[in-house]
Amino acid sequence: MLGTRSIKTTAKAWAIDLAIRMVDLTTLEGADTPGKVRALCAKARRPDPADPTCPPVAAICVYPAMVPVATEALAGSGIHTASVATAFPSGQAPLEVKLADTKAAVAAGADEIDMVINRGAFLSGRYLEVYEEIAAVKQACGPAHLKVILETGELSTYDNVRRASWIGMLAGGDFIKTSTGKVPVAATLPVTLVMLEAVRDFRDLTGRQVGVKPAGGIRTTKDAIKYLVLVNETAGDDWLDPDWFRFGASTLLNDLLMQRTKLTTGVYAGPDYFTLD
Amino acid sequence: MFEYAPAPESRAVVDIKPSYGLFVDGAFVDPADGASFKTINPASEEVLSEVAEAGPADVDRAVAAAREAYDKVWSRMPGRDRAKYLYRIARIIQERGRELAVLESLDNGKPIRESRDVDIPLVAAHFFYYAGWADKLSHAGFGPAPRPLGVAAQVIPWNFPLLMLAWKIAPALAAGNTVVLKPAETTPLTALLFAEICQQADLPPGVVNIVTGAGETGRALVEHAGVDKIAFTGSTEVGKAIARSVAGSRKKVTLELGGKAANVVFEDAPIDQAVEGIVNGIFFNQGHVCCAGSRLLVQESVYEPVLASLKRRMARLRVGDPLDKNTDIGAINSAAQLERIRTLSDIGGEEGAERWSPPCDLPEHGFWFAPTIFTGVTQAHRIAREEIFGPVLSVLTFRTPAEAVEKANNTPYGLSAGVWTDKGSRILWMADRLRAGVVWANTFNKFDPTSPFGGYKESGYGREGGRHGLEAYLDV
Repeated sequence: MLGTRSIKTTAKAWAIDLAIRMVDLTTLEGADTPGKVRALCAKARRPDPADPTCPPVAAICVYPAMVPVATEALAGSGIHTASVATAFPSGQAPLEVKLADTKAAVAAGADEIDMVINRGAFLSGRYLEVYEEIAAVKQACGPAHLKVILETGELSTYDNVRRASWIGMLAGGDFIKTSTGKVPVAATLPVTLVMLEAVRDFRDLTGRQVGVKPAGGIRTTKDAIKYLVLVNETAGDDWLDPDWFRFGASTLLNDLLMQRTKLTTGVYAGPDYFTLD
Repeated sequence: MFEYAPAPESRAVVDIKPSYGLFVDGAFVDPADGASFKTINPASEEVLSEVAEAGPADVDRAVAAAREAYDKVWSRMPGRDRAKYLYRIARIIQERGRELAVLESLDNGKPIRESRDVDIPLVAAHFFYYAGWADKLSHAGFGPAPRPLGVAAQVIPWNFPLLMLAWKIAPALAAGNTVVLKPAETTPLTALLFAEICQQADLPPGVVNIVTGAGETGRALVEHAGVDKIAFTGSTEVGKAIARSVAGSRKKVTLELGGKAANVVFEDAPIDQAVEGIVNGIFFNQGHVCCAGSRLLVQESVYEPVLASLKRRMARLRVGDPLDKNTDIGAINSAAQLERIRTLSDIGGEEGAERWSPPCDLPEHGFWFAPTIFTGVTQAHRIAREEIFGPVLSVLTFRTPAEAVEKANNTPYGLSAGVWTDKGSRILWMADRLRAGVVWANTFNKFDPTSPFGGYKESGYGREGGRHGLEAYLDV
């Protein structure tokens, strides 16, 4: 059905700006340096240097070691600093290490923590252990927001995704997130649909609203708009806000900017007219 | 602010002539008495075209043409050559798919999303499938050299105009019969475009004849002494009349009639998926589906969440312009059908069931009915027993699997049923006990040319589709 909802002109402009404001601009590589992170932060503040009406993104997402650089570069901008933690991306470390990882990231200035769930425990049916770990990390976060990465590509069934979503929400997660981007299968529309249904039902039952973040593999404006339509049709417009829905992405941003320019000027500009990050 | 923009499919792809004759012996001819009727777009009430009305003399002519083509050409042609024509027709249908889809939505009122993604692809698939059988009839399990029957009289309904044509014509031609087909009076246009496709495919004249008209034309056709086989899809009332009229004659009959299918949702079913299936079951094609899941049976323990989820989902359905790609529910096919839906819905309210529809703006012109559910329905209510043939769902509850089976089977019909559960063994247990021609498990309204389709009890007899569908057109 989603391919058959059409988004054009003013609605499209609105959707593109909303999608830009929802981007968690991400760099998670061994080769990340302070220079690279500073460049990304500059891009986050002004995605399109040629157009001051272009909104900033929601957050920068980096490894804990890069948090101080990002926090400094983003100071005063209102853009969040998100840090992956808990032995990202595998999560295969003792709980004390994961908690220390989290606390260090928060202490360095991260106000959002993207944790990974213990898939080893989940897939062997030790759901309580998964729950307790998330609850402990949530406590270690203090005031920082917690995003719980389910790594849906490794959970493989929709039943598992639904169950993991539920565990993440019950344990106190502020967001549930599809993927690390480090395994072959990342965010897909069907998996995001299952998660959106979960957060919708969770709010109906408990009154607490939880956000959703698909991450990995969303590269084009067309894809992003399909996700927004999915949010609109499933969870409703309460979730059509950067506080409740995010895209974990890096290349998506430039496609959004390209389509935004096309919409305002009527012509496509080449890739050299958009900054690399 | 998140407004969807209209995305109408262009009407320019299809060329509707101001008037159409009858398709007899490979050419369009005027009816003997010059009678005609108008066909309209149910979404706007605009007249689309004027179509010839066939009288007894025209039916005579069409049957004679079919007989001659049968005797001289089609029954003598080797199966592999018949297959070539059917493959050619299938390919032309695919090539002209957009044209057919737009025309179907204009004449019938169904959303373009359905005509484009469901009807037309299935039409092509049916021709491809039966083309494959044409040279393999001796391996179909009906003896070493099964013979065709002769001239088939086929009368089809307005809910899936071209798809019902394909269900009828593809197996008939594959088996070596020739046909005279009467489309419904409210939806003749795609059948007439199909006649042009037969010309384009160089199909020998007389193999396919199309006579347009209403009930009288249909009666003249099925009662004609020159036909060997009658295939009818439509109302149970007319089906009974046909069965009476051919009693004692040599004519072979298959009837695919009404339905009042139960869609059974157990407590362990994934609710969101079940709700999608419920919506697809009853609101697909505006509920103009003989196998529609018009009775929802929900296990009492999950009644409330299922109903809440269903209402929320229904509020998202978009009713409107059938040619708009955003549209989920199109127009009711005719004023008469709209009247019937209204009458039965009013009776539902009077009998004490609670009526609910989501708020939705209906267009000013044309025939429209908002998606509607009735709760608190019991087996004794008329809306739980009679076929409404519209976007109206009756919701009932049950406590145990045995009660679900009992209620599901407690109907004069038996065309289809749906079961929603996580448990495989329960699906099989239910399928064994449900008296319905099709039992869908965790899905609904799924069609495939390889799968036989047909009813129990007052839903008719005979099967269409699959190897079983050949039997109706062979002398076995």
